[in-house]
This record gives sequence, structure tokens and C-alpha cells, in this order.
Amino acid sequence: MKEIAIVGFQQSDSVSDAGAVNEVEMIMPVLSRVFQQVGINNAQDVGFVCSGSCDYLQGAAFAFVAGVDALGAVPPIKESHVEMDAAWALYESILKIRMGHADSALIYGFGKSSPGELPIVMSQQLDPYYLAPLWVDSISLAALQARLMLDQGLITEGDMAEVVSRSRRNAMNNPHAQLAGDVAPDDVLAQEMYLSPLRKADICPVSDGASAMIIATVEKAKEWGMPYAIISGIDHCIETHNLGMRDLTDSVSTRTAAKRAGMDAGKVDVAELYAPFSHQEIILTRALGLADDTLINPSGGVLAGNLMMASGLSRIGEVFNRIVSGEVQCGIAHATSGPCLQHNLVTVLEKA
Amino acid sequence: MANLAAVVGIGQTKYMTKRLDVSIAGLVREAAVNALQDADLTWDDIDAVILGKAPDMFEGVIMPETYLTDALGCNGKPMLRVHTAGSVGGSTALVAASHVQSGMFKRVLTVSFEKQSESNAMWALSNPQPFSTHLNAGAGGYFAPIIREYMRRSNAPYDVGIKVAVKDRLHGARNPLAHLQKPDITMQEVEESFMLWDPIRFLEACPSSDGACAMIIANEELADKASKKPAWIRGVAMRSEPTMYAGRDEVNPQAGRDCAADVYKQAGITNPRKDLDCAEVYVPFSWYEPMWLENLGFAPEGEGWKLTMEGATSLDEGGDIPWNCSGGVLSSNAIGASGMIRFAEAARQVRGDAGDHQVEGAKLALGHAYGGGAQFYAMWVVGSEKP
Repeated sequence: MKEIAIVGFQQSDSVSDAGAVNEVEMIMPVLSRVFQQVGINNAQDVGFVCSGSCDYLQGAAFAFVAGVDALGAVPPIKESHVEMDAAWALYESILKIRMGHADSALIYGFGKSSPGELPIVMSQQLDPYYLAPLWVDSISLAALQARLMLDQGLITEGDMAEVVSRSRRNAMNNPHAQLAGDVAPDDVLAQEMYLSPLRKADICPVSDGASAMIIATVEKAKEWGMPYAIISGIDHCIETHNLGMRDLTDSVSTRTAAKRAGMDAGKVDVAELYAPFSHQEIILTRALGLADDTLINPSGGVLAGNLMMASGLSRIGEVFNRIVSGEVQCGIAHATSGPCLQHNLVTVLEKA
Repeated sequence: MANLAAVVGIGQTKYMTKRLDVSIAGLVREAAVNALQDADLTWDDIDAVILGKAPDMFEGVIMPETYLTDALGCNGKPMLRVHTAGSVGGSTALVAASHVQSGMFKRVLTVSFEKQSESNAMWALSNPQPFSTHLNAGAGGYFAPIIREYMRRSNAPYDVGIKVAVKDRLHGARNPLAHLQKPDITMQEVEESFMLWDPIRFLEACPSSDGACAMIIANEELADKASKKPAWIRGVAMRSEPTMYAGRDEVNPQAGRDCAADVYKQAGITNPRKDLDCAEVYVPFSWYEPMWLENLGFAPEGEGWKLTMEGATSLDEGGDIPWNCSGGVLSSNAIGASGMIRFAEAARQVRGDAGDHQVEGAKLALGHAYGGGAQFYAMWVVGSEKP
């Protein structure tokens, strides 16, 4: 199987309201920076382009079409799109390279969530006949999940506050973070309840922004001559949509994906987990069997800023950054989709 | 080199205005089960599911793969959701094929659908956007001026579109799954139907359909052992260009020409009219047949309409290169599925399994889809023989 190298990654700042900036204007700076990082001019210089976005965030059908305007797609390019987090656009791009139809790919994800009411909007992701008409928002569903864990004694509110505290402190070293600060667990516990048992700090913020990545075959990466990291495994797995039919306190699909991606829990220096709620980071850490010495979400994770449709790709990019900087040798990145961690993707990265 | 892959199972629903008897999940499952039966396989034989549909705003379900995983037997497996505008059905088939061609999967299921009776496409396509001109036009209003430009450039007679509308409905009458069943349609009837978007008359436009299409794509080893004759994938290509740019030719877009050249090269096609036995091409408005005949290299620029008028694309007139023997998009349009139906119908032809709309001895066929402002293209060539 052809080895895949990550050669470049760039992300925008995570901001609570990008104002009048439209989606193309949000993508453009990130694309320019990632092209510059690799030393190429535009999408003409890669073999394939794939993006991830969601029409419902923009409130228009075909929201991604304008994205093509940001690419310099004249003459026409090989391009595709997933209505999923861009981590899955990376997955599609890897298929394209492995089948020999491209030697490199640009992947980008973007979301401007601020104009809408994101938790309520996401209620329309549920079964359209039985659940969506109830308008159960994504925070309420996560609160039910956290409540199950607390009631079963699997976690305490203190454990959740620890996750938040570590996120805020780690994010102090992340220039793109939206929420950062020297916050102690007790400071979190002192906050009032928002949607019991979740405090506002247990919930990722609503953010606007974009991220972009360039991958290539190892041969192409060497030709470009830039530092790269290797994707040694990537896999994903979905579970039933019926929340009552799965154990919400565990994430079986994450474990399955990690196993199929070839993750060795003993060899994970760093893990970036897409956990939009504090208790979900604990579910994921346990599902993956991560060792105590694994660095978890050193970027602050998505509790520090959640770029819908790009956060999963950004987790992979964060691990890439730490590997090429020499900080770590290997790591894993996780992406999620659907209510209460329904669909999960795991990427295993190694030093070249 | 890509690994070999082939279509080993095809399933479709009957296309119609309203499938009130099934939910969205029931609709996609029906197509998937039909494909499994066609391939003599069960859910356990499937390694991943690749789902495609047009915008989520049509039915109002965000990222419906999360809801449809149960109906598609995907729990515990990878699920990917493709969305590339109107070309999505074709792109989805290509992404599904890439799962196998990459060597990462042995056998996958791909499904695409639209349930237009539970959606409002006109509304979803016409939402006003900040900083943009509000076009309350839908697809027909968008394409009508481009068609008028084609008519001006080519000096085609006014009734070419009418001829296509009749031809595809006569083809559709041979296909029991086709939505519109009009075996007695006449040129006069089409001409007298009311004008929707000049020059597109009501009967020159596609219908609104509910429906789903599914295919099972397998690797060489499994395709060799398939219970029915496989359709071997001989070439795959995608191209995109921006909606607008200086000098863009909207009548004969570069992305379409490049995509065709790419897929022909892979399949060893030098003269598409001669080398291919038939084609399933995305023609949602009648005039797009002559336009795509030129864009896809079946005729020189400005002369596509002559093939149509000669009957070259008609099964009933014994044409040498029948287009849209299934009745095409003009006979059934479950939007998100329409591209995949083209790809699947091309595969049916080379499997010799197209029933009353079979092209005798078809060995090589083109499947084509386009979307957006005629800017996204997906194509494949399938053959009866292993390459």
C-alpha cells in the first residue's frame, strides 16, 4: 500500500464571529499559506482537491461551489467534496492517491457557524421522522450522555472539570485558540450549570474558520523537499443512529477504527481527539486505551475552538505539526461526526 | 496503476412522483436490497457504504448518512457521504470505485437517492445569499440562456430539443422503471406543451422523481467469481471549474471536454461515436443532448444537433450511437441519484441486462453526469470485457 505523506497544514484562528467575511474569504488566506508552506502556487500544482463543508451552516444549497472560486481552478481541476468533516475529504484523497490517479492532494474544510444557532441546526441531522421533529439540540443529547456516565459512576464532575482546565491551559500555547487561560478545575466547578450536568465550559464554543492540508506520495514529498510526516494508517467506522441502541458511555466505533488503522496504544506520543464535550474526551481516551504518558489535546482540542467541518482535519494537522517540529515521534488524531460520537475516524501518524 | 474493479450488482427503485409508501430510509434500502439480490450477496459481504445525494436542504436532513446507516447495513463499517451538486450520483460511483481501485477494499455498496416528494428543490436552490445576486430561477432558468446561445451559434433548427424530448420518452417507455411512461408521445405534443423557460418547454424538461439507485463494486478476484456478468470499469474521471471566470465557455465547458478526454484515454477510445456502443448522458433539458454530443466529442462543434436529427442517438430509429436508452434524466429525475442511474444504466448495457432497452451486443458504454453551473463533471467507461 502506497505510503502517504502530510507535507503542509494551515489553520485560521478560531473566532466566535468572523463578521462579514464570507466563506471564500475565510478559505483564501489558509490556502495561500499552505501553498506557500509547500512551495507551490495553487491547486494546479496538486493532483486532486477535496473539501468538506456543510450547506446548513451557510444556509444555502451547494455552499461548497463558491469554494472552487478560491482554488484557481482554471484550467479545470480534479476535485470532489464530502458533506462531512474534511478529515473524510482526506480519506477520499488518500484513496485517489493509492489508486494512482494523483500524486498529491489539497484538502480543506470550512465552516461559518456563527450566523445560525448551531446546536438547534444540528438537531436536523437526526432521524427526520422520529427525532428531528422534537428539535433535540446537540448539547441536550450530549448532556444525556454525560448524565449516563455520572449516574453509572464512570466519571465525576471533577473529571470533566479536569479536562476543561487542561484544555484551557494547553490552549495558552495555541495562537489559533478561541478560549484559553489559566483555569483550574475548581474554577470550572464554580461555574453555574448550563444544561445539567454540563457547564458552558464543558461545551465547545461556536467558531468560524477554516483549515487546509496538503498530502502527497513520499516520492512527491521528497521532490518538494519539505519536512513531512507519514500517515501509516487511517480508518473510520459508523454506529447505529438509534441512541437507545448503543452504549453511549463507550465508543466502540472509535476502538474499531483505531484497530483497523493499526494503532498501537503503547506507541502514541500525542493524541488529538475531536471531543466537543469534556466527558467525550474521557470516553475517547478510554476507548482508545491511551496510556497515561500520552499527551492528550496539547492544542487545547475543540473545547478551545471548534471549526465545524474542519476540526477533524485540524486534529490531524496538529499532530503533523508536532511530528515535523521534532516534538514527538508518533501520534494519533481522531475525528467525529453525528450525535454523541456516532461516526469516528482515526489516523495514525509517524515521523518520516 | 489502479486495481481492477467491476460492477457486480445493480438495484434501482421504480421512479415516480411520490413514493408515499416508504420513508427515505425505506427508499434507499429498497435500492440496496435490489442490488444485493442482483449480485446474489448479503449485507455481510459489503465492506463499506458510499452514499450520495444532492443538497441536504432538499429533504431537510443534515448529513443524512448518520440517519441512513441502519437502513444501509453499515453499522460497524466505514460510511462516506459525497456531495458534488448535480454530478453527485456519478461522483459517488467514482468515489465508491476508488475504494476498490485503491486496493483498500474488496467490495463496497454505493447508493444515491432523492425523495423530491419530501423536498422542495426550487426553494432550496433559490435561497437569497448575502453579497450575491438573488436568482429565483431554479435549474431551468439558469440553463435556458446557455441553450439559446447554443442555438444561435450552431444555427440548429428550432425543433432539435423537441426531437430529443420525444426520443428519450420513447426510450423511457421501454424501461419499466422510468418515471414518465409516454409510448404515444409526438413532436406536436411536445411543441404544444407550455413554455417554462424559453426555449425549454414543459415536456423538454425532466420530471421531479422519488427514487434511489445502488451498485455493488468489487475487486478483480470477486468480480471473476460474480454470479452475473460484471461490468468492468475501464476509465474514471472527474473535473471541476469555477461557475464564472473571464472567457468561460458555458455552452461547451472546458471541464467537460477535459474530463471526456481523460476517461477516453484510459479506456483506449479515440473516436467515441465509433468506439462506444451507447452512452447514458445527463440530459435534464432536451437541448443538452446536442450540446453534450459536441462537448463529449461525438460530433464536431456546431454539429451535434445533426446526429440527433438523423436519429443517430435513437434506439427506435436504429441509430449507431444510442444515447439514454433508459429514457435518461428526461424520463426520471431523482436528482441525487440521476448521475448514478446513468452510470448504472451504462453498466446494465455492457452486462447485457438492460431488458427492452438493451443495445444489441453492447460492449463499451459511457456514463456521464454534470452539475452546478455545468461546471462539475463525473464520467466512467464500462466494458463487457476485462481490460
